[in-house]
Amino acid sequence: MPRAATFLRLAALALLVAFLLKPQGFAPLFAPLTQYGAPAIYDQGNLLTLALAQLGTVCLAALASSIVAVGLGILVTRPSGAQFLPLSRTLVNVGQTFPPVAVLAVAVPMVGFGERPTLIALFAYGLLPIFENTLVGLRTCPPAVLEAASGMGMSARQRLISVELPLATPLILEGIRLSLVINVGTATIGSTVAAKGLGEVIIAGLLSSNTAFILQGGLVTGLMAILLYDGMAALERRFLRPVALD
Amino acid sequence: MITVEKLTKCYGGATVVDDVSLTVERNSITAIVGTSGSGKSTLLRMINRLVEPTSGRVLLDGRDTRDEPAYLLRRRIGYVIQGNGLFPHRTVAENIATVPRLLGWEARRIEARVRELLEVFSLDPVTYSDALPHQLSGGQQQRVGVARALAAEPLVLLMDEPFGALDPIIRAKAQEDLLDIQRRFGMTVVLVTHDMDEAFRLGSQVAVMSGGRLLQYDRPAVLLTRPADPFVARMTGLADRAMRLLSLVTAGEAALPGPSDGPAVAPTASLREVLSDLLWSGADSARVVEADGSVRGRLTVAAILARGRP
Repeated sequence: MPRAATFLRLAALALLVAFLLKPQGFAPLFAPLTQYGAPAIYDQGNLLTLALAQLGTVCLAALASSIVAVGLGILVTRPSGAQFLPLSRTLVNVGQTFPPVAVLAVAVPMVGFGERPTLIALFAYGLLPIFENTLVGLRTCPPAVLEAASGMGMSARQRLISVELPLATPLILEGIRLSLVINVGTATIGSTVAAKGLGEVIIAGLLSSNTAFILQGGLVTGLMAILLYDGMAALERRFLRPVALD
Repeated sequence: MITVEKLTKCYGGATVVDDVSLTVERNSITAIVGTSGSGKSTLLRMINRLVEPTSGRVLLDGRDTRDEPAYLLRRRIGYVIQGNGLFPHRTVAENIATVPRLLGWEARRIEARVRELLEVFSLDPVTYSDALPHQLSGGQQQRVGVARALAAEPLVLLMDEPFGALDPIIRAKAQEDLLDIQRRFGMTVVLVTHDMDEAFRLGSQVAVMSGGRLLQYDRPAVLLTRPADPFVARMTGLADRAMRLLSLVTAGEAALPGPSDGPAVAPTASLREVLSDLLWSGADSARVVEADGSVRGRLTVAAILARGRP
């Protein structure tokens, strides 16, 4: 299985890179989806630049969500911060349930058009999976291991850094991965408030009834999400020690 | 020397440890025995301040354990728990190096100490240094747990049901190893167990706890012959107390001068084992023979039986 899966992923990556570098080469494929001689490939901007801009926005938002969500997760699992758990949960849940489009609508009057409202929407939307996974990761550390760490003479901070966080890392990374994938797709709505991204291609397609454009924007976004998820998972397998918790 | 003075721990209204005082001699093994809920683990955990006492105090060689921050105190006290609590993300060598690293030892000294301990616990350094805990057997994990507790050469070793998760054969071996290691390093061991056989086998002193109170604290033979409380008598076992008493005395200690043509026994064998030998072979005396072949004396059935009475 792994070999076939790796091959598929590499093929998908090659396809994505080829399309972004030489989109015109794929014009014959998309041409049947256009009407009245409309262009088959998005021609109002460079697809590669748009894809990279979207990826950049998503990564920046994920970085911010990770710092805040992991920080909150650590805070509420300490004895001194346990009282903040209900509050943190509420905040993070609101971030997830409040539709990103609505966040955009609220944010634009405050921070203007462009990247910034998109970053805010993605940041809020990405908190929940990271926060919940951090919580589970820190809470499921085996009690005997924690007892041993304290019994050996680790201070609370040493125990957190050298035992709890390393043991929670796989789950925290999974949360970040989940958050990234959700947001790669969600980021396309940023184009409604003039953030650079593939949403632009999809919107152009919708406005001009050009299915080829819609498909291009959607496919590139989808491929990026899948490859990002798998790529991160592969890196984790490569660099994290396998840990058997029993 | 560990001095426990009027130690009490209450959780809410419940008193888990109730006014316990005892003194543990240096370089000895003391076993604390009790049923679950007797407060024995809480008592142990108050010695390294994983649990802070409600009242009373603990002195280590005359110094109040509250004179320094708890985490610094704990680096001077070895601690072994049931299930080991090995760090699953760290190799065997890294696990053992935990406390030396916290103490800021030089890398070379840590490496030498880890190697020494692996050899003491018959774990080949080449094979096991870089292994992760889940790659080891239960017995090996247990040994690494003890090695980790001893890494920084603590004068005191606290053990909370250290052999509870082992099967009987490995457990017997681990108990033997502990006796060897205590003789070798000479640290003071306080061990909590619910198993009276284990307590008698390891402890030179045994403390019996029930309902948070210390019922009796004495040598095993005294617990058997003069139990201070009916509960102590029940714990030590009324039915086979004579046999237990025999198991506390070695053939070397009990041997008397005189010839014997019975089976040869080692001076380290317990009288219980010698008696069993004699019953099995039908002889009425045994020769106590040293490792070098010289005869220390003999043990007659009558002499053995006399030792089984208070």
